[in-house]
Amino acid sequence: MEKSEYIIQIEHLSKSFETNRKRVIEGIVHSAVNVLDDVNINIRKGEFITILGPSGCGKTTLLRLLAGFLTPTSGRILLEGKDITAMPPYQRPMNTVFQRYALFPHLDVYDNIAFGLKLNKIPEAEIDKKVRRVLKLVSMTDYEDRDVNSLSGGQQQRVAIARAIVNQPKVLLLDEPLAALDLKMRKDMQIELKEMHQKLGITFIYVTHDQEEALTLSDTIVVVNEGKIQQIGRPKDIYDEPCNSFVADFIGESNILNGTMIEDHKVSFAGHEFECVDEGFGNDTPVDVVVRPEDIYITRKLEVAQFTGTVKSCTFKGVHYEMFVETDSGHELMIQDYNAFEIGSTIGMLIKPADIQVMSKERLCNTFEGRVTGDDTIEFAGGEFKVDSQSLQSQVGETVKVQIAFDKVELLDNKEDGVLRGQVKFILYKGDHYHLEVVTKDDYKIYVDTNDIWDKGDIVGISIAPSDITVVRDE
Amino acid sequence: MKDSVQTKTPCFSLGKLVAKAYLWALLIILYSPILIIAIFSFTEAKVLGNWTGFSTGLYTNLLSGGVNNMLIKAIENTLLIAVVAATVSTLLGTIAAIGIHNLHGRRKSVVTFLNDIPMLNPDIITGISLFILFVALGISQGYMTVILAHISFCTPYVVLSVMPRLKQMNPNIYEAALDLGATPMQALRKVLMPQLKSGMISGWILSFTLSIDDFAVTLFTKGNAGLETLSTYIYADARKGGLTPELRPLMTIIILAVLLLLVVINLRKKKENE
Amino acid sequence: MNKRSTWALPYFIFLLVFVALPLILIGVYAFQDDFGNFTFSQFMKFAQEEETINTFTYSIEIALINTVLCLLLGYPAAYILSNRKLNRSSVTVMLFILPMWINMLIRTLATVALFDFVSAPLDEGALIFGMVYNFLPFMIYPIYNVMQKMDHSYLEAAEDLGANPLQVFRKVVIPLSMPGVTSGIMMVFMPTISTFAISELLTLNKVKLFGTTIQENINNGMWNYGACLALIMLIIIGCTMLYSDEGSAEEGEKGGLI
Repeated sequence: MEKSEYIIQIEHLSKSFETNRKRVIEGIVHSAVNVLDDVNINIRKGEFITILGPSGCGKTTLLRLLAGFLTPTSGRILLEGKDITAMPPYQRPMNTVFQRYALFPHLDVYDNIAFGLKLNKIPEAEIDKKVRRVLKLVSMTDYEDRDVNSLSGGQQQRVAIARAIVNQPKVLLLDEPLAALDLKMRKDMQIELKEMHQKLGITFIYVTHDQEEALTLSDTIVVVNEGKIQQIGRPKDIYDEPCNSFVADFIGESNILNGTMIEDHKVSFAGHEFECVDEGFGNDTPVDVVVRPEDIYITRKLEVAQFTGTVKSCTFKGVHYEMFVETDSGHELMIQDYNAFEIGSTIGMLIKPADIQVMSKERLCNTFEGRVTGDDTIEFAGGEFKVDSQSLQSQVGETVKVQIAFDKVELLDNKEDGVLRGQVKFILYKGDHYHLEVVTKDDYKIYVDTNDIWDKGDIVGISIAPSDITVVRDE
Repeated sequence: MKDSVQTKTPCFSLGKLVAKAYLWALLIILYSPILIIAIFSFTEAKVLGNWTGFSTGLYTNLLSGGVNNMLIKAIENTLLIAVVAATVSTLLGTIAAIGIHNLHGRRKSVVTFLNDIPMLNPDIITGISLFILFVALGISQGYMTVILAHISFCTPYVVLSVMPRLKQMNPNIYEAALDLGATPMQALRKVLMPQLKSGMISGWILSFTLSIDDFAVTLFTKGNAGLETLSTYIYADARKGGLTPELRPLMTIIILAVLLLLVVINLRKKKENE
Repeated sequence: MNKRSTWALPYFIFLLVFVALPLILIGVYAFQDDFGNFTFSQFMKFAQEEETINTFTYSIEIALINTVLCLLLGYPAAYILSNRKLNRSSVTVMLFILPMWINMLIRTLATVALFDFVSAPLDEGALIFGMVYNFLPFMIYPIYNVMQKMDHSYLEAAEDLGANPLQVFRKVVIPLSMPGVTSGIMMVFMPTISTFAISELLTLNKVKLFGTTIQENINNGMWNYGACLALIMLIIIGCTMLYSDEGSAEEGEKGGLI
């Protein structure tokens, strides 16, 4: 009984691609790239669900698996309880609106829309009726004889939508359909899409990298990063209660800081203790704290403030002012307020307990499996590092656990220096330092705390001082 | 600064004059032999250079089939072989291009490499290698072998003409057709083919021209059964008696035909660009 | 779902049978005697036949002379054609490319006509003239192609930095046009070295080139020896291709016109 509630169920879906690109650096061959890793989603009938993530996160792959253009490496897709994993795309009762529309350039608007109906051998008169109905629905009446190449981007978009919905699919898949439109057009189309969804009652599965679009349109958002689902929830829940620092950073503006959960309902960050609503983290536990910029209240009465700071910059953003404030503890916070405060002035700040979102940390330091290769060398993360010989009391060949604090990893401009080479994949500003994810050539992830400014995509050399490598013997 | 501008202008036009003169001198050298042949195709003198009065005698002689049955037959052969080779090459090459377009990595480079060989190979090597192939396989040579040989050097050019179209095509178009319920065959017929049409036509014309133009490969693969194409006919004729008078009108006609074909191709190209 | 890649399969098999296999067979035949036994005797024969060796070296000589002459005559022409200040007419460009489309045999006979017309003797001079006449467009076209696509801002940048026209030509135009020169050399040298029939017709059989030697051997049923000579020619051509970096010679070939 429970099953009928969902139109689509995605179960343990994984997809890896074989690559011919040689990634045989330092002896390890990478022939497959994991694009999707154990994805599970249940989609209710009539829902507007958005798959949201940065480019390359696997969201388009997920959509192509649903449409049937790709076959998964493992896992299955159910449509109304029936397994459709192996069904070819032309038999699936789903239609796709492609990112660049993919209208057939040799056919006019009418024939593009009628394409699917004609293949199904539907009588001419009925085709005509249906085409005219959808043309009206997408406000493109009178355009049926136009050459598709002569249409503007927005008009092509409408035809692409009409071409898909005229077949009355059970599910409509939309692959970043608004990405190619300009801002104004995009806003208008968002409203129209939402209206269309309500009118048609079809399930919409919508892929986008635009978090604002996702928040505006969806009933449910699925946040995806690096092939894994980060969080599934209603837009408001995801915005208010991001489950990790990636989601917090990706959805909306946020201040993400290192903090310590002192006890239930009490957290300390930015040098002060705050009351909060979170519990169950344990006492004196390191956590990540998220505060949205609009949730910090500024007051000139310093005596009532929880903490104080100095305004460093103030920019008018149309409705509100965006300020960067350096707190008395040296952290930088972004604050949005309807009032402007003078640069250089000292202000007081207040945060409500409910506006503080506490998240447990995914990791506290870098941990690697290592192998002892000599008196004072250990191989881990695809490189051979020197360690203090007195801390190393293991035999050559023995497997050990290695730990390195985030701030002890040194990044070097010159990629030839350093033991390893890596690329900066993800940057998080933590108020007083940057937290970087650096991926080595062998796909090891090294997390680094640094005050230096790096850009996403930078290739860096990685080195670690021998004294900063802590060896834990495997028991 | 002013000085240099003033002195530059006359100097520049002199350079332009020299450049123009150079181009024209080259063009005159390039085209004078053709003009000479065209002019002297209208006189019946045995020795080229003698003018024995205007006459279309050589043309009527050439075109009255009775005397020159061999020539008519050679022209027929040439056209037949060209049409068959061009048509087969176009179909084979188009399907192959779609396949190659969807290949990746090493497999793609292997096929592209093989596809490049016939275009880089000198005619004589292509001819001899195919000759040896047919000998080794014990295939008697005639129409069939010539057509196969022509397909082998025409198809790469079809692939080259269709490839750019595929690259320009929205990569989702084929998928869009499947998505709307077309089977792969229907998607090929109703969506891919119409869009590759212009590339296919270019490829066909190119193959047709290359086939007609070919001499060396045909010579090695035509066998001894008396199959002649236009170029092997001219070769045999010229080998016997040098530039015989009857070749003059024939060459004039061929050159005019090529000119016409090129005009058609370029008009098509212009239209397409618009 | 990417099954469309299998569409390349029929053509791949065709290529194997009609392109790869024949070339392999040349190699096989070259190392066989008349009875199909493995032997080096064909190559020994080549090394011992003074006449063939002479023809071979003479052919390379002629091919080199022809290539150099085509380059000397063709490079300025390509430069003028591609320079917008000197030539704006696409018809002139067409006129230079057009002869590429006329049958080589007919063009050769046309040169014979010219020599007949001016009553010049058909000798080595006629051969070289005929070769240059035949292959000049194949030198001009690739060089023109590269020069025409050359970003004009490079030239302007050089001028802006104080180069006079001659310096612009020497320091910018020539280096940037080198890919075109390379493929031009390929398109002239390779066919010249492998020509046959042309020299017969141009010199009334007085001068013989290597291609003709190969053809004669094949015609006379000496397939193994013919294959051996063809293999030698292939090696020469292979070396030329290696010289041209990655064998990008097809770039300027006839296909470019369409």
